[in-house]
Amino acid sequence: MTLSRPLRRIARLATWRRNADLFLLPMDNQQATADDVLVKIRGLRFMRGQRAIFDGLDIDIPRGGVTAIMGPSGTGKTTLLKLIGGQLRPDAGTIEVDGQDVHALSTDHLYQLRMRMGMLFQSGALLTDMSVFENVAFPLREHTKLSESMIRKLVLLKLEAVGLRGAHSLMPSELSGGMARRVALARAIALDPMMIMYDEPFTGQDPISMGVLVKLIRELNDAARISSIVVSHDVAETLSIADHAYVISGGKVVEGGTAEQLQHSGGAWTRQFVQGLPDGPVPFHFPAPDLREDLTGGAS
Amino acid sequence: MRLFADLGAWVLNALHRLGRAHLLLLSMLRGFVDMLYRPRLLLDQLFSVGVLTILIVTVAGLFVGMVLGLQGYYILSRFGGETALGLMVAASLVRELGPVLTALLFAGRAGSALTAEIGLMKATEQLSGLEMMAVNPQYRVLAPRFLAGLISVPLLAAIFSVLGVAGGWVVGGGMLGVDEAAFWNGMQDGIDFEDDVINGVIKSLVFGLVCTWIAIFQGYDCVPTSEGVSRATTRTVVHSSLAVLGLDFVLTALMFGE
Repeated sequence: MTLSRPLRRIARLATWRRNADLFLLPMDNQQATADDVLVKIRGLRFMRGQRAIFDGLDIDIPRGGVTAIMGPSGTGKTTLLKLIGGQLRPDAGTIEVDGQDVHALSTDHLYQLRMRMGMLFQSGALLTDMSVFENVAFPLREHTKLSESMIRKLVLLKLEAVGLRGAHSLMPSELSGGMARRVALARAIALDPMMIMYDEPFTGQDPISMGVLVKLIRELNDAARISSIVVSHDVAETLSIADHAYVISGGKVVEGGTAEQLQHSGGAWTRQFVQGLPDGPVPFHFPAPDLREDLTGGAS
Repeated sequence: MRLFADLGAWVLNALHRLGRAHLLLLSMLRGFVDMLYRPRLLLDQLFSVGVLTILIVTVAGLFVGMVLGLQGYYILSRFGGETALGLMVAASLVRELGPVLTALLFAGRAGSALTAEIGLMKATEQLSGLEMMAVNPQYRVLAPRFLAGLISVPLLAAIFSVLGVAGGWVVGGGMLGVDEAAFWNGMQDGIDFEDDVINGVIKSLVFGLVCTWIAIFQGYDCVPTSEGVSRATTRTVVHSSLAVLGLDFVLTALMFGE
């Protein structure tokens, strides 16, 4: 499968469109900060009821690379993406995206920032009453005044990039899980964002679909010169494309570094997670009273 | 002590939900402005919320009118007052049964569908997806549905009343032999445009607002699971029905009381 040609075309088109100032964003939103950190999270605290999902989380996500955020199920990886996107509000701490404090922005400015973010949801989140073509065209129709012929060209190019140009007339209900995610990816890049957040992109995929998604994420990141945040617990696939990775657990970063550093980590927790060991710092057994006591009902 | 704590928590939760529902209402009202530029969104919803409800309203209106004609004839004929059948059927329909039954049918057909649709959009992350695409779902998805409900219910109530009068005439005039001129003249003389028709329209507007608001809020605020959507759909029908019946009493007392 040759992905690089359509991706290069998209990259050229994206540059042309940015220059053409099609989105009419205010200048302060178009100026990138000189900082190499795209997303800066400091002292993040987020509670669900009485339970702290994050408690003093600090993460830097560098510009231009693929950053993986890994951890076992239930550690709040998806919640972290929603916090970065401003869909949830933290109890304490700050999240800066491209130099802007996400939770201090007005609604209008937050929406302008979101136009420069793409997000691939775990379920795809395609609009079920629209065809594949209309789903990818949706953000373009909502936020630009492009002509129909230009929208058609852009949509077909985006779909070509994910290998689904031939499926443009299908409805979401006619797509497999892997195809739905690729369409959602085409939609996420429709506005040529500066970053894309991937929420568990490999979950439930067959080996071929998984391979396609792995390749797409990496090539798209490099060809369109964007930044990618991949949240996943599929260690091998994620580390194979990540430039940087963080492992989180218990509301904090357990370890961070390059993919290689994590693979050869000496930390017991990271080693258990990366190598998939059944027992270790994360015990096999859920906390419970003594087995004998439980079986005899406390009679002994 | 525990009882008081639970009661307090329940009251706080109810007030919280009420606050969220009012904020949603304000947001949807602001979203009406968007529809001036994109009437297509409203037209699509007028079809799915309004046009698709016409059949059930038509059939129900016809049968309710026929039953009114039959019952009215049996009662009025005891006093030799069959000629007032037209007035009785029309007044019952325009003042009460048209707006109330239409709103109940609307809550059951369109209201439950709205809740289920919005709830499923939430459960499948479509609403979150819109937010992340910098599209406000309250303007793009909810406001057109709300306005469509607001417009549809008075029109559906009018269809219900017209078909009901036709049903009453079929039974009274066609089957039981009530004089045609007396039937229609009695109706024309007895029905006041302002007191009866306008008040009926006001009632159906209020019911349309309440039923659509409840349906949309329940879908938007539901727990995003299959069980949560199912519970929200049930709540829509129950709350809408009770709200319509309760409001009908209040409105009737205000409009027709001395």
